[in-house]
Amino acid sequence: MPRLLSFALFLAVWWIGSLFAGDVKLPSPPAVLTVMIAEARSGDLFFHLGATLARVTLAFTLAMTLGAAIGYLMGRVRLADRLGDPWLILLLNLPALVVIVLAYIWAGLTEVAAIAAIAINKLPTAVVTLREGARALDAALDEMATVFAMPPWSKLRHVVLPQLSPYIAAAARSGLSLVWKIVLVAELLGRPNGVGFEIGVAFQLFDIPLLLAYSLSFAAVVLVIETLLVQPFEARLSRWRPRAA
Amino acid sequence: MRLEVDITSKKFESAAGEQHDVIGGVSFALDAGEVGVLVGPSGCGKSTMLRILAGLDHDFQGRVSRPVSARIGFVFQEPRLLPWRSVEENVRIAAPLADEAKLSALFDILELKAHRNHFPGELSLGLARRVALARAFAVEPDFLILDEPLASLDVALAARLRDEIATLVEGRSMITLLVTHDMDDAVRLGDRVILLSPRPARILADLPIRTPRSTRGDAETAAIKADIMRRINGDPTKQAAL
Ligand SMILES: Nc1ncnc2c1ncn2[C@@H]1O[C@H](COP(=O)(O)OP(=O)(O)O)[C@@H](O)[C@H]1O
Ligand SMILES: [Mg+2]
Repeated sequence: MPRLLSFALFLAVWWIGSLFAGDVKLPSPPAVLTVMIAEARSGDLFFHLGATLARVTLAFTLAMTLGAAIGYLMGRVRLADRLGDPWLILLLNLPALVVIVLAYIWAGLTEVAAIAAIAINKLPTAVVTLREGARALDAALDEMATVFAMPPWSKLRHVVLPQLSPYIAAAARSGLSLVWKIVLVAELLGRPNGVGFEIGVAFQLFDIPLLLAYSLSFAAVVLVIETLLVQPFEARLSRWRPRAA
Repeated sequence: MRLEVDITSKKFESAAGEQHDVIGGVSFALDAGEVGVLVGPSGCGKSTMLRILAGLDHDFQGRVSRPVSARIGFVFQEPRLLPWRSVEENVRIAAPLADEAKLSALFDILELKAHRNHFPGELSLGLARRVALARAFAVEPDFLILDEPLASLDVALAARLRDEIATLVEGRSMITLLVTHDMDDAVRLGDRVILLSPRPARILADLPIRTPRSTRGDAETAAIKADIMRRINGDPTKQAAL
């Protein structure tokens, strides 16, 4: 209910704003909705949203898997930490734009370049978070697993991953929002489809209703995924914790 | 099957870089079917020794030989359960080969039936200890290690759990090593009592108890205890410090 209320408030502010700013600069909600429906009818909206979602999924999975593995290694092995640390600092501070442009220059305007560039942007934060998690692993439970001769897979599943899961969830959450932001830039600069590409087209044509139609559809998809996928997943992970009153 | 221990020295380095001896010289042997009890004051190096015997710490001087493929059941001083797994899962994960009948029997003896689906965070210390015991017995160990399983429980609960441990130990032939600082527990559960000095730990006495465990009532226990005290040095006030 509070969510609906805050959505209604958003619509109201937008509508009033469009009355003041004029329809050219800020089209009213019905005008944008009309464009949205037209784009949906033609299938374009879903095609571009799908392309963007596919890139997000691939880049996110790639970065999380690699980031978790590297972070775990750096948290457990001193030498790996020493070797990796300068690279980590470099990647953490490298602007996303630089990575994307260099990726397109070196690998061409290809899908691989786009996904790699997005993944590389997300990678260092995942590594840092998981390294923290690996450092905090409980040595007492580790001894328990050793004494009872737990096979590696079982140890990973029952001893290590549950301890890392809050860190994985944190990395996923911050990583996902980063990926949402970067994917559009990567598409704008070098892909012939996706929400970022469409926004680029709308910008060049100064077609503000189109621009808003795509931006808002994209925002809606992000919201739906966050509430239907990410939040339930986080709740499941902390199922065993005694509930706070 | 036999455990042979000959630890000549174990040192820890403090954060400031200075070394301190924890184990001064401990050697003994235990056969399968025998329950050895290490009794010593708090901080004398008992837990440290158990970690060495279980193969968790290799940084010591001396030699430990235990059967190569011996399955170990370890009841740590703290329960060390997986907080994110239920009681039953905790036991099954450590003992994937244990069948349902075996687990039922264990949960029955340890009075855990009602708690199978609880998470460790919902258990009292006494119950958590029982789960740790169930886990150690479920693996059908060849070498059972118990680190102060009765400490910080109230007297009645400790006595009940002690009887449960006695029942379980009786039911299986294995090398059992129990650590305690309570002479009463030592005499009731052990076949042999090994007395340790304060840090660095040395063996003060290695005393067999010949009366079978099942026939040791209160009177016999008291008699054996008095006998042990006498045989050490005849000075009961000094023994009270143990
Ligand atoms: N990892 C460690 N680093 C340094 N000192 C330790 C470590 N573990 C134990 N000690 C010290 O070794 C001594 C013996 O500890 P412990 O074996 O736990 O005694 P207890 O006989 O009570 O089980 C204590 O003085 C303790 O402070
Ligand atoms: Mg101890």
